[in-house]
Amino acid sequence: MLNTNALFGNRWLLASVLLLLPFVLQPFGNAWIRIADMSLLYVLLALGLNIVVGYAGLLDLGYVAFFAVGAYLFGLLASPHLTDAFPWIATMFSNGLHLSLWMVLPMAAGVAALFGIVLGAPTLKLRGDYLAIVTLGFGEIIRVFLNNLDQPVNITNGPKGIGSIDAVSVFGHPLSKRLDLGFIELPSVTLYYYLFLVLVVVSVVVCHRLENSRIGRAWMAIREDEIAAKAMGLNTRNLKLMAFGMGATFGGISGAMFAAFQGFVSPESFSLMESVMIVAMVVLGGLGHLPGVILGAVLLAALPEALRYVAGPLQEMTGGRLDAAILRQLLISLAMVGVMLWRPSGLWPKPEYGKRLQSVEGRNA
Amino acid sequence: MDVLLQQVINGLVLGSMYALVALGYTMVYGIINLINFAHGEVLMIGALCSWSLINILQPAFPNLPGWMILLMAMALASMAAAALNFAIEKIAYRPLRNAPKLAPLITAIGMSIFLQTIAMIVWKPNYKPFPTLLPSTPIAIGEAVITPTQLMILGLTAVALAVLSWLVNATRLGRAMRATAENPRMASLMGVKPDMVISATFIIGAVLATLAGVMWASNYGTVHHAMGFLPGLKAFTAAVFGGIGNLGGAVVGGLLLGLIESIGSGYLGELTGGVMGSQYSDIFAFLVLILVLTLRPSGLMGERVADRA
Amino acid sequence: MLSQHVLQVAGVSKRFGGLQALNDVHLNIERGQVYGLIGPNGAGKTTFFNVITGLYPADSGSFVLADQLYQPKDVHLVAKAGIARTFQNIRLFAEMTALENVMVARHVRTHSGLLGAIFRTKSFTQEEKEIAERAHELLAYVGIDTLADVKARTLSYGDQRRLEIARALATDPQLLALDEPAAGMNATEKVQLRALIDKIRHDHRTVLLIEHDVKLVMGLCDRVTVLDEGQVIAEGTPAHVQRDARVMQAYLGTAQV
Repeated sequence: MLNTNALFGNRWLLASVLLLLPFVLQPFGNAWIRIADMSLLYVLLALGLNIVVGYAGLLDLGYVAFFAVGAYLFGLLASPHLTDAFPWIATMFSNGLHLSLWMVLPMAAGVAALFGIVLGAPTLKLRGDYLAIVTLGFGEIIRVFLNNLDQPVNITNGPKGIGSIDAVSVFGHPLSKRLDLGFIELPSVTLYYYLFLVLVVVSVVVCHRLENSRIGRAWMAIREDEIAAKAMGLNTRNLKLMAFGMGATFGGISGAMFAAFQGFVSPESFSLMESVMIVAMVVLGGLGHLPGVILGAVLLAALPEALRYVAGPLQEMTGGRLDAAILRQLLISLAMVGVMLWRPSGLWPKPEYGKRLQSVEGRNA
Repeated sequence: MDVLLQQVINGLVLGSMYALVALGYTMVYGIINLINFAHGEVLMIGALCSWSLINILQPAFPNLPGWMILLMAMALASMAAAALNFAIEKIAYRPLRNAPKLAPLITAIGMSIFLQTIAMIVWKPNYKPFPTLLPSTPIAIGEAVITPTQLMILGLTAVALAVLSWLVNATRLGRAMRATAENPRMASLMGVKPDMVISATFIIGAVLATLAGVMWASNYGTVHHAMGFLPGLKAFTAAVFGGIGNLGGAVVGGLLLGLIESIGSGYLGELTGGVMGSQYSDIFAFLVLILVLTLRPSGLMGERVADRA
Repeated sequence: MLSQHVLQVAGVSKRFGGLQALNDVHLNIERGQVYGLIGPNGAGKTTFFNVITGLYPADSGSFVLADQLYQPKDVHLVAKAGIARTFQNIRLFAEMTALENVMVARHVRTHSGLLGAIFRTKSFTQEEKEIAERAHELLAYVGIDTLADVKARTLSYGDQRRLEIARALATDPQLLALDEPAAGMNATEKVQLRALIDKIRHDHRTVLLIEHDVKLVMGLCDRVTVLDEGQVIAEGTPAHVQRDARVMQAYLGTAQV
């Protein structure tokens, strides 16, 4: 299908494309760079879910919960909400609550991992379809709590969400402000792009290393045949919890970045449709295959945004019934049914002969 | 006490609707081991179809009593839903019958979203009021009240269950369904065509779901494209609660879940000292599901099946 | 100092609803033996396997592996303690390569975790190298080293059986338990299997074997236990057991004996 040799074999080409992308997109408007930024956040989510679904074979339909945890964690610790709602916190932190990037990332990862383990624990003995529904349930439960924890104590501010969230600061420069380098000026969206790109690259390396390790192989054995895995001495309970925890960390980090990027979070962003979309990204892209997962994420994240430009005329034609959001849902759902029927291993699955072919194409990360 | 009686009545009404939808889930699961994620959407399509039909029938037959229009719409909508479900099974699920278990699950989820989106396009996303076709004066039972609509729900459910029971136990089709559910290969060796049995299961499920959908719309007064999602999920919980694959279990599970939800949300505020109110009532079903699957996965009336190595 | 007794089980009983699948079954395997477990269909052989490896909980019984009492409750702990098994229906990790299948079985004797994997520590890299080497060795041992990078599900039936054996050996077991390894094999494949098991015995491994092919069992096994309807009806050397009246009666109708 795609000639991976041409794309991945030539690292420098890939690197240049990625590094120069914001400048290529800029003439078309900052909105396009925003789309690239959101796509990168979705790539993080897809990579995380890939650990749970792709490597360990656990169909998690509530993955958005970890995205929400990371987002709200950052939102609470880097905005005026807590200091406004709780005077005793305001007195403790007289300058307000502001968290630096280097504190956020480990915290978001850690708290999300904890949630991953807690939410994964009840599912350990469940088989595929039941696991899916229970995790779906957990995702919904988290959303309901986020929506309703504004009473009796206002922790999450309910459906109004949390606003005025700080931007991330790197080396003292908040990324919400443009960066003037003299010969060139980088808008905020471009700054965020490079931050997210770094996170994505690091994540890809981490995932690749996990895949080719004792733990990665153990996860895959569980996916293939849990009973045989146990019979070979694998502690499947601990391994599954590890998968949930590890997968969740990506969600948490992505969520924290999302909160900083948007400046605002509300329960609306963390619906079941999001969880389903992330599952679709992983499954349609190519379960367990990193390039496929990234492709799936980019396609499903960027395409609907690009559709907005097509949606306009369509919307008029159908008297307002087809707008961008509906079109996006239509395409994703059709893709899910279609790909399962005609190309069930995804758009870019793992090559047939395993490691041998991959080594022929050139060692990557 | 009077509050409790009211909650019980509400719970039974709610539970009847859950039971009807749960039957659809449990029948399909019993025969092809698939959780039909899209089943809740069949409820929605049935309800929306009936809404459109009523809007045509009412002006066309101005002299017919409301309940007759309602039944006509229900019948016609059931047929439409049955045809739809038949098509879905044939096009999307049948080819994947032997695929690894992830594929049909993804397809079902995709189908669920597809149906919701189509409904959004065809009927527009706004909440539409469902016409009141039955008299709305409540009837007093002790200190509680029951509306004619609620009575109809209980009555229709009883009738539907009786018909289904007859179908499953006394007809050839029913025998074929039971045989296929127990042992598909033996059944086909005895001359039962599995495709036909499976299609029949989907058709019956669609009719039951449409009944539930129309009654839901009558009871709560609105229809919209997302109305099937939560009831579907809760009905699935009911099916698991009662023992997936077990028809009686689906009914018992449905009724019990309705009661738990109704009574629970009524008293939740008191129980938690005002911290959690009825907004959390949707979570009940999920909690029941998690508890059942953790403590007694075979459900109330299901059999314990060991996993053979 | 390795103990002489590898497996000693006694009083093993298991009931499934109305069926007494195992009734007071006992077995003693000495180090270096190839021990056969035979009996007509439904005698309880695979049930016994599943009980001693922890897949089914026993109603009663004492289980001693290499002089250590063990409770077959957690399947993975049984493997850790030293019983490695193959399955009647072949349960390989289908989408993983032959090499990966064997490598993953080294899991229980290795220890690198998440941190090692992510940061590629020295001990991690060293361990990975050892795992891969040992896996290649084992694949060569069973004769399929050339198929190392082939996905397990595309292997031929005979090769899949051999891979399962290699995988089980990778856990460094005290006892290698093979559940009908010759099922579905043709005559040539059976000869090769026999040679492999002989090789395994020559390397001082202890093997427990369920088999239907009586000829294979008689030729290979040092000792045999015969089960019928969940009970032990004979035990001893193959020659001895073959002439046992009860054994012949149990097999009445099966032409093989």
